Amino acid sequence: MGSINKSATQLNATVLSNKRVGSYHQILINVGDVVKNCRPGNFVAISVGGDSSKMILRRAFAISRVSENSQYGGSMELIVAPHGSGSKWLCSLPEGTEIDLVAPLGTAFGIPTEPINALLIGGGYGSAPLFGLADVLKARNCKVDMLLGASVGAKIYAPLEGKRSVNSLKIYTEDGSMGEKGRVTESLLEIVANRSIDVIYSCGPMGMLRAITELVSATDVIHQCAVEESMACGIGICMTCVLPVEDENGQVAMLRSCIDGPVMDGSKVKWELVGQVPEVHS
Amino acid sequence: MSLPVDMSTTLANAWFPSPIFTASGCASSGKELSQFFALKDVGAIVTKSVMSKPRHGRPTPRMAETPSGMLNSIGLQGPGIDSFLANDVPWLLEQKARVVVSIAGETIEEYSTLARKLRSISGISAVEVNISCPNVENRGLVFACDPDASRRVIDGVRKTIGGELPIIVKLSPDVTNLPEIARGVVDAGADALALINTVLGMLINVDSMRPHLGGKTGGLSGPAIKPIAVRAIYQVHAALPNVPILGMGGVSSGRDAFELILAGASAVSIGTASFGNPNALINIQNELREILAAKGFATLKQAVGYAHREESV
Repeated sequence: MGSINKSATQLNATVLSNKRVGSYHQILINVGDVVKNCRPGNFVAISVGGDSSKMILRRAFAISRVSENSQYGGSMELIVAPHGSGSKWLCSLPEGTEIDLVAPLGTAFGIPTEPINALLIGGGYGSAPLFGLADVLKARNCKVDMLLGASVGAKIYAPLEGKRSVNSLKIYTEDGSMGEKGRVTESLLEIVANRSIDVIYSCGPMGMLRAITELVSATDVIHQCAVEESMACGIGICMTCVLPVEDENGQVAMLRSCIDGPVMDGSKVKWELVGQVPEVHS
Repeated sequence: MSLPVDMSTTLANAWFPSPIFTASGCASSGKELSQFFALKDVGAIVTKSVMSKPRHGRPTPRMAETPSGMLNSIGLQGPGIDSFLANDVPWLLEQKARVVVSIAGETIEEYSTLARKLRSISGISAVEVNISCPNVENRGLVFACDPDASRRVIDGVRKTIGGELPIIVKLSPDVTNLPEIARGVVDAGADALALINTVLGMLINVDSMRPHLGGKTGGLSGPAIKPIAVRAIYQVHAALPNVPILGMGGVSSGRDAFELILAGASAVSIGTASFGNPNALINIQNELREILAAKGFATLKQAVGYAHREESV
């Protein structure tokens, strides 16, 4: 446990740009050398509402991608959905605003040492960290296919430059307003078989992560998923963001999605027990 | 320039170089915060209340942000005392941190059992006996709401642990007569009091139209409850001026910590503020030192309970 968030640091960082992209905001932040320690799957925790805010907790966002050599030095991109008062405040910030952030946090996606066939699956803005991941996987000579899904086309996040990072991209919407009508899980098993997929990397709603896990449970595919559970601290001290996960001894433990996740082995998460308490072991 | 302030403090026979502690349940066992500051640089690490057996706690959702505060319903998830004493305490002592171990039980006997296991552990500064967690299974068993049950828990712990280790008893503000409960546990052998635990609260989700938290009710913490903490500390210090108080409740700045000290706290725990700011303890400690100096206090101890001085002084 000595390695918990060993690169995490708190700093004041400047918003370089803030653009609306479909239903989301693409926010670019100057974080300097912090980018050197950011890995796909890591997240950032940001104070919201300013000094006199009644919102006392940080908001956690997946780091979408980082760049070491933008014209400002290291920069970090976030894709934010203006849902609640905290994310709306962040999306309203003009360029040049200073924000207080802690990064990088959490367990990142595991990167294979050998070239593999990877399938990246994103739901809604859950696609955000997958493009940075695709860059890393491509650099390791992996084949990278991507499936994105959302309820409507406006909630698909797929930037033009991101599309270049993948070998193929297939989009699903529930109303058929973009791509194919349906969900990402529609023909998942065929895709896995036809493309000899070794590893699935996913990020999106818990229902989607669970559905993927169940579909691939009978295959040899490894499923690394970035989970989402409401967090108070993001650094492992509040114990609110726990999920029932099978530990190395085969027992179910309530693990923190901030430290033991957000990236977890989908087959170890006890999806049917989320929101419940497992039997006490002795 | 002002003179340096002596920040050291004592709770019964335990000495601490600074009055700023973590709050139990808001720092786990210290490892996570050690990424942000050296644990020996603050007064003490008060560990998350530990029970006899490993415990999963309550179902999620376990938290909800509220205006200037938050509700939590963790339910004392933890590794159990044996694993805690074997792993967490030695690690904390290696860091040269001062350690206050917080214990919680479901029965009077469980507190005594925990105290017996602590007695053989060297190097810890004090034990916090948490008799006021609002997230135990049966809210009716919150010992700190019952003067007689409170006394019996502390009596059992005192008899088991002997006279060496200071006992700090953590009380709930959710009672009618707090000084009476405080006096009862002091008579039973408490050396100091920790004030206040979270305030019992609830949030109903207006979309689902049901209680939002998995445990339905939760403990309210954060700046929203600070005035309750100040009141509780002031009342108890007035009634029991010789009993040291570890104050806590919504402290997020040096000014807030100073306010609790003026009310009568000899040390101040930082809880929810660490969730919003991992460096909160260090910042608050630095701010407090500056405020004490600016107000002309040469030592922290001179400021303890200063709000109680007579009008003419």
